[in-house]
Order: sequence, then structure tokens, then C-alpha cells
Amino acid sequence: MSFITGVGLTPFGKHEGSTSLDLMSKAAQLALDDAGLARTDIDGILCGYSTVSPHIMLATVFAEHFGIRPSYAHAVQVGGATGLAMTMLAHHLVASGVCRNVLVVAGENRLTGQSRDASIQALAQVGHPDYEVPLGPTIPAYYGLVANRYMHEYGVTEEDLAEVAVLMRAHACTHPGAQFHDPINVADVMASKPVAMPLKLLDCCPVSDGGAAFVVSRERTGEAGVRIRGCAQAHTHQHVTAAPALSELGAEISIARAKQATGLAICDVRYAAIYDSFTITLAMLLEDLGLAGRGEAAARVRAGHFSRDGTMPLNTHGGLLSYGHCGVGGAMAHLVEAHLQMTGRAATRQVRDASIALLHGDGGVLSSHVSMFLERVR
Amino acid sequence: MSERLADWTTGAEAITYQTCSSCGHVQYFYRAFCAACGESDPREARASGKGRVYATSLVCRAATPETRAHLPYNILLVDCAEGFRMMAHGENDLAIGDSVIASFKPFAGKLVPFFARPK
Repeated sequence: MSFITGVGLTPFGKHEGSTSLDLMSKAAQLALDDAGLARTDIDGILCGYSTVSPHIMLATVFAEHFGIRPSYAHAVQVGGATGLAMTMLAHHLVASGVCRNVLVVAGENRLTGQSRDASIQALAQVGHPDYEVPLGPTIPAYYGLVANRYMHEYGVTEEDLAEVAVLMRAHACTHPGAQFHDPINVADVMASKPVAMPLKLLDCCPVSDGGAAFVVSRERTGEAGVRIRGCAQAHTHQHVTAAPALSELGAEISIARAKQATGLAICDVRYAAIYDSFTITLAMLLEDLGLAGRGEAAARVRAGHFSRDGTMPLNTHGGLLSYGHCGVGGAMAHLVEAHLQMTGRAATRQVRDASIALLHGDGGVLSSHVSMFLERVR
Repeated sequence: MSERLADWTTGAEAITYQTCSSCGHVQYFYRAFCAACGESDPREARASGKGRVYATSLVCRAATPETRAHLPYNILLVDCAEGFRMMAHGENDLAIGDSVIASFKPFAGKLVPFFARPK
């Protein structure tokens, strides 16, 4: 059994003068305070990576800096799926008795620590060094290819994808820590600058500074209990050139495994926290996971299904698209928000009932997937 | 192990692929073994350059001065006649399903495959 006993999240956007370690430390302290734990209570550390300050041993660099001497520590790298992959590992570490309290942490000054070009170029390297990268693709282009094919196969339009961006912005407008607070509409998304067609600027998440952390523990430390009910992964490929057919992608495999591991069904889920690097990513994942029928995600967004007061509130902090994306910490914000919702601490964003949450992360170009169910226990 | 055929990734005007002599698996990314069954030395061959467009994305924002000079450029996934999928460049107005044939063009200091409709 494992519980998420504390969460910490910085605002996303510009943190001028902050290093990756500063942002990791800030988030880690918030998570410890939230869990009511001291540094000496932490016996495991899992951290993500920083593209601004790469290091072959980031977990021990952080441990020394923050002042912890853990009995278990290393970094994890699975692109956008890293946050949930670390959470899954922390779950198994505490459930198997290796650790008592694992600190999961990531943070990066990706916006102010390097140029936008440098960020875009660094991330494009997830492509194949010989067969893809020489062609000058960008991450938006990899996802642009997927979007083009998905729209063709399932009759989805650019306006449909835009709905997803509009929803994430509407949610971000209610969170003081979000990078963007200006409301947008479908016309704004359609009129935004082309990046890699069919994806335009507002179909893409921003580059941000920020940090996120949580503590995964064998025992509850407070009254509110959020239990990791179960999780699963699937990895079908790395490069988009080698991706399987749209109907055989990893999200469907990992959610099937997670459902089997927990005995839960999609109809049990009350809150959804789903990876949204691009509008196409979120639209596809909603449909792959069974949160919407094939080609129907946009219609459900329009009908309010995924809004704060809808049937399946989704990324109520604004997601990567509008809360922001600081690398590994970006998708960890989804879990922090889910935790706040499940423990009734989401202030004006609070949903009616977040008793069971489904989280899903995606790394690479729909390459690596982690699905996870959280459950509130009293 | 036999010597590798030259292809566009090494500056030659060619696209190559491999076929496993044991299980028949076709692969595009070169390996010394078959990724499906593990058999050594899959047979290398030059592809015809004929294929069909699987997906396109017109890139309008690039990250380096060398690639920016070519904007906009169309990135494609092409299903080649020999049974493998590859990434390439192509005419800006190509659509999914179009039959295409490869030529080669300089791009950011390298030679890259460029697909167009047959004339």
C-alpha cells in the first residue's frame, strides 16, 4: 500500500535567476511541509532531469544540495511520462518495503535558463539521430504528423483541437500559479501563428520555469489519505517513424493493464489528469483512454463534460497547455492538482467529488505511457 | 558481416532498407540484426523510392538558422513500396494517400530524401 502524503508546486512562468536546483528545492520543501515530514524522514529520492543543467547523477546532486542522505536515490528519464513513472516506482519501493518515504521531485528553469531555440532544439533530439533529426523536425512536427493522420482517420478538425486549448486556458484562468490568464476562444487558436501544421502556437504548450514535488509514503501522515490504487506502463516505440498504427498505441495498452491491476473501470473515475503537451495529445489520449468516444473528445469539451462542474473534470489547473510546461515538473503539476482536488483543497477550482482520479502521462511521441489510479481513503 | 550500402544518411542518393532472411521482417533503421527475431545480418537493399504519403506536417517554425532558411518545409511519413515507413521531405501540397517518388535535395548542409508526385 502507498499514499501520496504531500504535494508541492511552484507557479509556472518566469522565475528569473532561479536554477533548476532552486526550483526543485522550493517544490520539495512545499511537499515536505504538506506531508508534515522532516528531511530525516525521507529515505528515498527520485528526480527527473534538467535540459538546462544536465547531470549524470542529478538525484544525489539534489540530495546533497537539499540536505538529505537517502538510502535509495536516482534520476528517471522517460520524457513527459517521467513524473508518473517516478510515482509508479515510488509506489513499488514503499509497497515492497525498500523505502518508507520517497521524495519525487523535478524542476527546471527551462524558460529563462536557455533560449527558446535551445529548448526546441534540445527536445527535437528525441528523434532518430540519423533518420529523423537531419530532416529538421521539431517536437511540434512529430506531433503534427500524428495530428494530420488522426484527423484524417477520425474526421477530427483543427477547430475541434482548438476546443481543448480553450478549455485548458479557461481552467488556468482560475489558478493563480498558471503561466497564462488571458481567456482565448477557438478563433484565437485558429488565428495563432502556424508552428507545424496542423498545429498552431496555441495548440502547443509553452516553455516554462517551475518545479513540482510529492512524497510517496508507506503510511498516511495526515487525515486526508490519497492512495495509489494501481498503475501500469506501456512502451511501443521511441521514434514516430517506428510508431504502430493509431489503433495500437501505448495508451490503450497501459490503461487496460491499469484497469486490470486495480479492478477499476472508466465509469468509476471522477477526476481526470491527462498529459496535454499539444491539443492533439490530449484529444487522442482522452479517446484512447476511453474518456471520450473515438473522434468525440471535442464534442464532449464543447458540452462541458470536462469542465470543473462537468461530469469528468479535467486538468483543472490548466494543464501543460496553459498552466505551463517546465519539463518533468510540468506533468507532475497534474498530480499535484489531482491531490488538491481529492483532499478538498482546490479553493475556487474545487470539484464536487474527486474520490477516484485517473492520471495518464506520455513521453516521446506517444512512445512511453503510464496510467495510474488514485483513490481517496478516509 | 557484409559492408553497408551507402544511403542518404551517409550522403549518397539512395534509400536503403533491410529484410530478414529468416522471418521476412522488413526494417528501415539499420541494425546488424533483425529487430523482430534477432537473426544476424538482415539483407540490405536499395529501395525503389516509390511510396504513398502516410502523414504530413508543414514546419513553419524552426530552431536553427540553417533550418530556418528553408521554411516552410514539409515533413512526411511515407509508406514505401517495399513495406517500411520513413520520414522525409516533400512538396508542400502533398496529402495523405498521394503516390509519391523520391529524389534528393540539399537541406541544412546535408542531402535529404524529397518526395513528389510522379511527373
